[in-house]
Amino acid sequence: MKILESKSISKYFTDPVEFQVLKDISFDIEKGEFTTLVGKSGSGKSTLLYVLSTMDTDYTGKLVIDGQETGNMTKDELAGLRNEKIGFVFQFHYLLSDFTCLQNVMLPALKLGKLSNKEIEERAYQKLAMLGLSDQALKLSSKLSGGQQQRVAIARALINDPLIIMGDEPTGNLDSNNTRIVFDIFQELSKNYGQTIIAVTHDDDFASKSDRIIELKDGEVIRS
Amino acid sequence: MNINAQIAKTYIVTNKKLTGVAVAGVVLGMSIYIFMNSMLLGFDKASSKSIFKTTPHIRVYKDDEISRPLVSSNGKKMLLINPKIVPAKNTIINPGLVISSIQKMKDVEIVTSQVNANIFYNSGKSQITGLCSGINPEEADRMYAISSTIVEGSLGALKGNPNGILIGSGVSDKMSLRVNDYVNITSSKGLNKAFKIVGIFKTNNSVIDKTKSYVNVLSAQQLLKEGNVYVTDINVNIKNPDDAEKIAIQISASTGYKAEGWRQANETLMAAQRMRKIIITFVSTTILLVAGFGIYNILNMTITQKINDIAILKAMGFKGNDVIRIFVTQAVSVGIMGVIGGMMMATLIITLLQHIYVGGDIGYFPITYEVTKYIQGIVVGMVITFFAGYIPAKKAANIDPVEIFRR
Ligand SMILES: Nc1ncnc2c1ncn2[C@@H]1O[C@H](COP(=O)(O)OP(=O)(O)O)[C@@H](O)[C@H]1O
Ligand SMILES: [Mg+2]
Repeated sequence: MKILESKSISKYFTDPVEFQVLKDISFDIEKGEFTTLVGKSGSGKSTLLYVLSTMDTDYTGKLVIDGQETGNMTKDELAGLRNEKIGFVFQFHYLLSDFTCLQNVMLPALKLGKLSNKEIEERAYQKLAMLGLSDQALKLSSKLSGGQQQRVAIARALINDPLIIMGDEPTGNLDSNNTRIVFDIFQELSKNYGQTIIAVTHDDDFASKSDRIIELKDGEVIRS
Repeated sequence: MNINAQIAKTYIVTNKKLTGVAVAGVVLGMSIYIFMNSMLLGFDKASSKSIFKTTPHIRVYKDDEISRPLVSSNGKKMLLINPKIVPAKNTIINPGLVISSIQKMKDVEIVTSQVNANIFYNSGKSQITGLCSGINPEEADRMYAISSTIVEGSLGALKGNPNGILIGSGVSDKMSLRVNDYVNITSSKGLNKAFKIVGIFKTNNSVIDKTKSYVNVLSAQQLLKEGNVYVTDINVNIKNPDDAEKIAIQISASTGYKAEGWRQANETLMAAQRMRKIIITFVSTTILLVAGFGIYNILNMTITQKINDIAILKAMGFKGNDVIRIFVTQAVSVGIMGVIGGMMMATLIITLLQHIYVGGDIGYFPITYEVTKYIQGIVVGMVITFFAGYIPAKKAANIDPVEIFRR
C-alpha cells in the first residue's frame, strides 16, 4: 500500500535569484518502509522534506498522503493531518524551552485529544524510557544537552503513533551509541508496527542499513 | 484545562517579569480610569447638591414680556417699532390653581410657592442689602434641606410665626445678631418691619450666608405690600433632577408660565461641568489606552521570543486559531489580573480621598465608589486588552514555520 506519493514535485526559490531547488521529483513510498534521504549539503533534502511534511505548500506537482490529495486541503486541514499522521524531527529546532521534557512529548497528543491526560502521560513516559531519558522527564527541556533534546524530539514525534515519521538528520547530534538506539527504534517501528520512516542522513552506515535510499543531487533524484 | 490555555499559562508563569510589567500597566490604567471617573461623578454630585441647597429643580415664573407692534405688517416693512418690556407685574395669576395642576403631573415631588423680596437688614446703624425669601417652611425644608444647615435655633419656630425670620450666618456675624434678637428689615417698597430671629443657618456658601434670609410667605407678601395671592415663583422638585429640562417644557406648555430647569438656571456651572467631563474622560481613557499599548508591546515581545515555539507548534499540527487563542488567553489573563488589581487600587485611592477634608460647602473630598464606573472600567479595560492581544496574536498565527526552520 502506498502511504506517500510524490508526483513531479518542483519548487523554485526566487530570492535572491530564481533557481529551481526541486526538479520534477517523483517517487512512491510504501507503508512500513524505512527510507533514508541522502545527498550533498545544499542538494535540497530539507526543502523536499518540508514539502513532504505538508508545511511548505509553495510547490508544483502532487503530493498524496495516505490516499489523500493534499493540494486542495486548507491550512487547517493540513495541520490536522500533520497532528494525526506525521511525526517530525527537525534539524535544529527541537523543543519548547519553557516546558519540561515530558510536557514537550505530551503536546501533540494533548492537541489530538484522543486520550485522557493520564493515558497521554503514561505513553510519554514510555517513549522517553525507550530513548533512555526516563530520568530527564521532569527537567526543563532547555536544561538538556543537544543530543538529549534531539532524543526528546524523537520521542515527541512518536507519541501519536503517526503513519509517517520524518526526520531531518534526526541523529545528527547523537553519538554512535545513541544513533544505534534510534536506528533500532526506527527499524522496530517499521518492521513491527508498520510505521513509515523517512529520514535525511549524512551517516552512510545508517543509510546503508535502511530499507531504501533516495539520493538527491542538485534537486534531482539520482537514485531511489 | 485546554492545551492552548495550558501553554498560555506556562508563558505567563515562566515570564514573570514581563507579565508583572504588563499587569502593573493595566492596574495603573484601570485604577486611574475608575478613580478619575468616580471623582468626576462625585464633583458633579457635590456641585448639584450645593446648587439644590438654594435652587429648585424647576422654577416656574412669569417672564418679562416684550411689547409687540399693535398693527401687524402684512409683509411690508415696519417703519416704527420700539420693543420694550411691558410694565406688567411679574406675578402668577391664581397660583393655587397652577400649583395644584403641577402637583398632578408625573414625577413631581414637591411644589411650593415662594415670594422673593430685595431688602435691607438694619440693626442699629449698620445696613446690609439682602434677599428675603418668603417660604412655606415645611415644603421649603423638604426642598432645600434648610434644617440641616441650621446652626442655632430651629426651622420649626418659623412655622406659623409671621414675625419670625431665619438669617444666614454671615448676616448674623456682620450685625452681631443672635437667636431671639430682633432685626429690622426695609423692603424695596419702603416698608419697615421688625422680625424676631428664630434661627441662623450656615450653608458654607458665603454669598448666600451673607445675604439670604427666610420668612413665611405671608410676611414676604406684606413686605412687598401685596395680598396673599401674590406669588412670584413656584418651585418644583421632581424625582430625578436629570429630567428637569424635559419636565420644565411640559410645565411650561400646560401652565403658560416660563418654567426653567436648574441646568438652564446655572448655565455657567454646567459649562464648567461639561468641560471637566471632557478633560477627565479624555485623560482617563488615554491612560487606559497607554496600558493597552503596554500589553500590545509586551505580547509582541513574547511572540518574537517564542517564534521558534510557534513554528514547532504549527509543525506539530496546531492551527492558526490555536496560536491566536494561546496569545489572546495570555493577554486576557494579564487583563483580568490587571483589572482586579486596578479595582482594588481604585478602591484604595477613593477610600483615602474620602478622608481628605477640603472645606467650603463641600466638606470631605466628594468621591464615592461608583459601581457604574467600575463596570465601565472593567468593560473598557477588557476590550482594550483583548485587542492589544488579538492584533499581535493574529500576526503570530500567520507565521510560516518553514521560514523559521530554514534560519
Ligand atoms: N529560503 C531560501 N531562499 C533561497 N534559497 C534557499 C532557501 N533555503 C534554502 N535555499 C537553497 O536551496 C538549496 C537547498 O537547500 P536545503 O534544502 O536546505 O539543502 P540540504 O538540506 O540538502 O542541505 C540550497 O542551495 C540553499 O542555499
Ligand atoms: Mg538540510
